[in-house]
Amino acid sequence: MSRVVLALLVGLAVIAAGIALAVVRVNPYFYFAAYVILQYVVIATAWNILGGYAGYVNFGTPAFFAMGAYTAVFLIRSVKPPLAVLILAGGLVAALLGLGIGYLTLRLRGTFFSIATLALSVVLQTIIINWEYVGGSRGLSVLRPSGPPFGNYVVFLFTVMLALAVIAVMTARFIERSWVGRGLAALRDNEEAAECMGVPTLKLKLFATTVSGFLLGVAGAPFPYYVTFVEPNSAFALDYAVNALAMPMIGGTTSWVGPVIGAVLLGTAQQLATVTISSELNLLIVGVVLVGFVVVAPEGILGLIRRLRTR
Amino acid sequence: MTRTRIVVAVVVATLVVAALGLIPVARAADPIKVGLGMALTGGLSANGKPALLAMQIWKDEVNKKGGLLGRPVEIIFYDDQTNPSTVPGIYTKLLDVDKVDLVVSGYGTNLIAPLMPIAIERKLTLMGIFGLANNEKYQYPNYFQISPTGPDPATSTAIPFFELAAKQTPKPQTVAIVGADAEYPQTALVGAREVIKRFGFKTVYDKTYPPSTVDYTPIVRAIKATNPDIVFIASYPPDSVGMLRAAHEVGLQPKIMGGGMVGLQFTTIMQSMGSKLNGLVNYDYWVPEKTMMFPGIAEFFREYQPRATKEGVDTLGYYLPPYAYAAMQVLGQAIEATKGLDQQKIADYIRTNEFNTIVGKVRFGKNGEWAKGRTLMVQYQKVQDGNIEQFRQPGKKPVLYPEELKSGNIIYPYSAALK
Amino acid sequence: MFSWDLLANAVVAGLLLGGFYAAVSLGISLIFGLLDIANIAQPAFVILGSYAAYVLHEGYGMDPILTGVLFTPVFYLIGALVYRVYYASFERRGDEALRGLVFFFGVLFIIEVSLSLKYGVDYRLVQTGYLSRSIELGGVGVAFRYLVPCVVGVAMTAGLYLFLGRTFYGRAIMAVSQDQAALRLMGADPIHIKTIAFGVGIAAASLAGALLISIAPVIPSTDRDYIGRMFAITVLGGMGSIGGTLVAAVILGVVESLMATFFGPSWSLAVSFGILLAALAVRPAGLFGR
Repeated sequence: MSRVVLALLVGLAVIAAGIALAVVRVNPYFYFAAYVILQYVVIATAWNILGGYAGYVNFGTPAFFAMGAYTAVFLIRSVKPPLAVLILAGGLVAALLGLGIGYLTLRLRGTFFSIATLALSVVLQTIIINWEYVGGSRGLSVLRPSGPPFGNYVVFLFTVMLALAVIAVMTARFIERSWVGRGLAALRDNEEAAECMGVPTLKLKLFATTVSGFLLGVAGAPFPYYVTFVEPNSAFALDYAVNALAMPMIGGTTSWVGPVIGAVLLGTAQQLATVTISSELNLLIVGVVLVGFVVVAPEGILGLIRRLRTR
Repeated sequence: MTRTRIVVAVVVATLVVAALGLIPVARAADPIKVGLGMALTGGLSANGKPALLAMQIWKDEVNKKGGLLGRPVEIIFYDDQTNPSTVPGIYTKLLDVDKVDLVVSGYGTNLIAPLMPIAIERKLTLMGIFGLANNEKYQYPNYFQISPTGPDPATSTAIPFFELAAKQTPKPQTVAIVGADAEYPQTALVGAREVIKRFGFKTVYDKTYPPSTVDYTPIVRAIKATNPDIVFIASYPPDSVGMLRAAHEVGLQPKIMGGGMVGLQFTTIMQSMGSKLNGLVNYDYWVPEKTMMFPGIAEFFREYQPRATKEGVDTLGYYLPPYAYAAMQVLGQAIEATKGLDQQKIADYIRTNEFNTIVGKVRFGKNGEWAKGRTLMVQYQKVQDGNIEQFRQPGKKPVLYPEELKSGNIIYPYSAALK
Repeated sequence: MFSWDLLANAVVAGLLLGGFYAAVSLGISLIFGLLDIANIAQPAFVILGSYAAYVLHEGYGMDPILTGVLFTPVFYLIGALVYRVYYASFERRGDEALRGLVFFFGVLFIIEVSLSLKYGVDYRLVQTGYLSRSIELGGVGVAFRYLVPCVVGVAMTAGLYLFLGRTFYGRAIMAVSQDQAALRLMGADPIHIKTIAFGVGIAAASLAGALLISIAPVIPSTDRDYIGRMFAITVLGGMGSIGGTLVAAVILGVVESLMATFFGPSWSLAVSFGILLAALAVRPAGLFGR
């Protein structure tokens, strides 16, 4: 059968496994930890679509993630729609943000895009801090809806995030193997040459920032229900920025596999670290490993494996 | 296909490592386990670390006397990094992996907030360590708060401050209020506006600033331009320092200034600000004045201060540590009285009894707050530069309010205290 | 609530702030404006300079600005080293777009977190006698805490301007930024020149950091507040123009000060971003750009 159908079946199987885990309850702590790791799978995959495939570094992951989260907060406070609507809305708002930033800066140079994303988090955080309706600087408590599937909201969120992770990975894989992916790779390697060959670079770049933004927003939308108290400092946390970078870079940026490996490895390590070593030491290690990989093994673990196998 | 194999291998390896990491460490003979997340790193760690130290001092003392119900007490803690999103994971691990018997909150409104739904869902007794109005929305009966702000947290600082101001002659008329764009100051400002209306003062300035402000001079100048009699500031430590320095540079001298400036109670800031503090009328929870020497508190500081100096945390420890210790005292006394670890029985006992602690008699009321608020207003008087020892003695921060704890007189107006 | 007095004070405060912002942005103006290396770790080096000043002040009572000056050679060497690593790992392979950026972000991160680990997140400040004074000039108050960094900032700008225009290495740096091949033909090694330039840029951070902690308390994450400002100033001023950096810095300082005084300080940080975006959209070459 065709590759696409095979991929879909694998994806569905993973989701089914997740549902089975939700029904057969294991230690509750597992769902909390797994949610965070799966969230990072989405974030890392989303980042990589723009960073790995197109070569544009987004330092403002927290901005997009928080946009998803705060869109959800706004809707929860006003209309209280079902989770699916929250996720879609969060994704769309973040996608628009990606489109906007892309349009403003991508006509110039990649560096300016990156710098703009750096400043983006600060500005958006200022806007949110001044917006009383979503809690402003004080933050907002969010009550989880009653009667969730599987009887426990966090368990439910775990299955939702698992499904989102599968969707994100399949989207990345689909892009990677399509003409869009080839176009992105061409402009990543040499933008001018790609232009000369007729690759519609601007449109592709905007596509990448929009899709990447969408997935980041999607990762952020369930966050309010997970943490039940949303305030700007934790929604815009630096952890998201550094992990979004480190996970694909460590795993390998050239394919959808890299971010998944990076997210699972680094995410699990950090969950363990939260409850063992000092948190800042943990972040420092991430930073050092990141720089180490970037300097020594720029193609990440995937690259290392590839090199080992061709030995 | 090999790519998929790689992914599977990595995932499996990670799960194995994770499973190993989750095996709870073997612990001593059947202890009573109290679990919490505390800000050991991040913005609130300057208070989080002393608070944890105070709790550990309590634990050591209790264990020296034979423990609770004949069992040793153990405190299991994790660093919440002043990041609310770590809280659900930490407390779930405490409850489901470490299997603690009781939980205590972390420090700060933002870190208590994500804990509330968990406590409510699992019907836990929750002792809160200094959070503002966390239970207002939930009204959960088994939540208790050790900070003495009382039944109306928002006005807990404003009422003492403005009541004092209203009593002075000549009576001040105009008010400037300013605060940081952050959780506590915003709540305090809301309370201030309400109280200002009650007392009939006239507001001539009412603005906020982002916590990352570098330059407080424009703000202070703008305040000075409105010529206010009263200046009420609700700020966190960095802005408290910045506003104070700017006020001295610009020459802002209203008749009375201060209110809700967090940080001026911390040892390092008292030391570095020195005489600049003089004249400020600010909130506090405990000062070494005669009226505040409750039974047991002197002994506590004798134990705390050397250990704090050694660990490099707040050396005087007058702000949070006594209350963190008192919170554990309440819990401990409730455990002994109910002769067990039943969450509901403990909560019922706490709700209906008065406790003798090192911060005085504690009784809880509406929403778990103190039945009667006891936010102090103190004034910095005759403070010298570069001398931390002066704060160990009474006289530098006399209590002006409430009346029953008053230990000195106000120097009014503000400029008189600067001489 | 407007008054001429308030306006005058806001403008003067902004001018002084601008001088300081120029000091902070000089390094980026050199490294990014001239060499085209997006060193987003620059603010972290500035903070490192702040902490150096703090440690020596606390321990030995040394004047912060003196510390800043004394540490310049140390920072120069650090900068040279960082550039060499950057060159060997990225520039040579032509990889600087993605990985070079990530590298600098990693460096920023490592510096910030290491400072957190070692010094915690309590605000650190430095108070000296002369910095606490202030004078009144015709109704306008001038605090030494701002005046001194402004003067030093302007002096640094002038110094760098002269260095680039009048000395051999300075002119070589200008040349390398325009045409590396031509420089090679003239017998100078562009890599060596760029190392010097990068070193000078980081050395500037040492002094800028000392000025920063003289103005306001500092914590490790203060660097993030300056990323937007530095790049906004460099872009607005014009890539490669040192004089432009000073002008842009003053503009930013005045606009921020006016916003803070009349509209409330909440939006000050957004000012730099707004200026950056506006500059990129309208005139990417900046005011004095080449």
